[in-house]
Amino acid sequence: MISHPIASIIGILIVALSLSAFLIWVERRLLALWQDRYGPNRVGPFGLLQVLADMIKIFTKEDWIPPFADKPVFVIAPAIIMVTVLMSFAVLPVAPGIIVSDLNIGLLFFLGMSSLGVYSIVLAGWASGNKYSLLGGLRAAAQMISYEVFMGLSLMGVVLLAGTFNLTRIVEAQRGLWYVVPQFLGFVLFLIAGVAEARRLPFDLPEAEAELVAGFHSEYSGMKFGMFFVGEYLGITLISSMIAVLFLGGWNGPWLPPLAWFLIKVFAFLCFFILLRASLPRLRFDQLMSLGWKVMFPLALANLLVTGAIVLAKK
Amino acid sequence: MTNPMEIPFFAAGAVAVIATLLAITRTIAVHALLYLIVSLLAVAVVFYTMGAPVVAALEVIIYAGAIVVLFVFVVMMMNLGAQDSETERKWLAWRAWIGPAVLSALLLFEVIYLVVRAPVSATIGSISTPKEIGLALYGPYLLGVELASMLLLGALVGACHVGRISRSGREVQQ
Repeated sequence: MISHPIASIIGILIVALSLSAFLIWVERRLLALWQDRYGPNRVGPFGLLQVLADMIKIFTKEDWIPPFADKPVFVIAPAIIMVTVLMSFAVLPVAPGIIVSDLNIGLLFFLGMSSLGVYSIVLAGWASGNKYSLLGGLRAAAQMISYEVFMGLSLMGVVLLAGTFNLTRIVEAQRGLWYVVPQFLGFVLFLIAGVAEARRLPFDLPEAEAELVAGFHSEYSGMKFGMFFVGEYLGITLISSMIAVLFLGGWNGPWLPPLAWFLIKVFAFLCFFILLRASLPRLRFDQLMSLGWKVMFPLALANLLVTGAIVLAKK
Repeated sequence: MTNPMEIPFFAAGAVAVIATLLAITRTIAVHALLYLIVSLLAVAVVFYTMGAPVVAALEVIIYAGAIVVLFVFVVMMMNLGAQDSETERKWLAWRAWIGPAVLSALLLFEVIYLVVRAPVSATIGSISTPKEIGLALYGPYLLGVELASMLLLGALVGACHVGRISRSGREVQQ
């Protein structure tokens, strides 16, 4: 099943974008279920058309740029998150042959794009010319620096076992045993870093509604706000897909076709992300920083050292 | 002109030079940093076209993704306004350009001389597996790795000293 790269590009773009739009509905319904209420259930069957209604609303809203904002940066910022997240989907092996670019440095490309995504939040916070937004942007910058370091380190155990940065080959190396077993600590660390990377509860400090109004996107309206919103859901989809690829054997699995396995794994993690939001309180900012540097970072280093020693001893 | 990577190479090189010039001449600090990011990304493309994909990826992750984020962080903390842009504009007087321009011109002549005398081959290496990177770092480049790690250790000790907390639990006033 080898498909044309352009077909892959179009397919992955359409699926990723519509999946993240659909996720907004899934999140609202699931949150409602866990909180004993109904959620959106009026528009269409099961409220499925709610997303469409929201989109029509957001497209027809006035696109307002505040006079005190730095106009060019204010306009560029929401585009950056969309570009960087969608670029990361390019190296994602969905199923055998369904990949846009089978880069040799796929994993490093993903890390690079995710570290560039921070600029979107930071610059939006700065360009808004608003104290709360600026605080949100500052928090985003500090949070990303604390979490990116051990995010990269937690993946190096997988790289050691597979011996490559190529994501397709990492998936193929997991045919016998998924890396979640030998790399369980790495899996947990990456999951936590992924939540922080996607800025979801309990790590959503850049936009903490209760204290910062809406943080970096207070001043945004219309489709510019929509881009941050969809960008966030695309980010969750990306992190869930990366967890599936790196630790749960990607498309590997018995009986069902590869694509189905991949989607099942991704969807399970998407629901897990939503469950986190429904069940955990938000951390304080200094707790978040000290957790990152004092607990997660040493654990990731220890995981890397032990994995390296075991790989060396086996030879 | 047989190498298909030559056009992207020169295009990325041109972007890097222009973005760097703009990064120097912008008077709003955040705009200058944005051009610096573009310049670093262009340099990453240059590395990629020369056959060094890992160096390109590290350029994006470390320089564009981490170090410049810190720069932006500090600039945001300082909360610069229109007044600072005015000061910046005064500093960019033509007299300030003479020294750096002479030095850069010397370097430029040197580069032109080297390119004309001995054109280097387009590829600088093809290291792309983790094993090759490890062997290169802890083999021929061991001295560089150790020197860099000592420097970083020194910086870390310095940072710990500046941010230390006294017995009573309050930050030490400098």
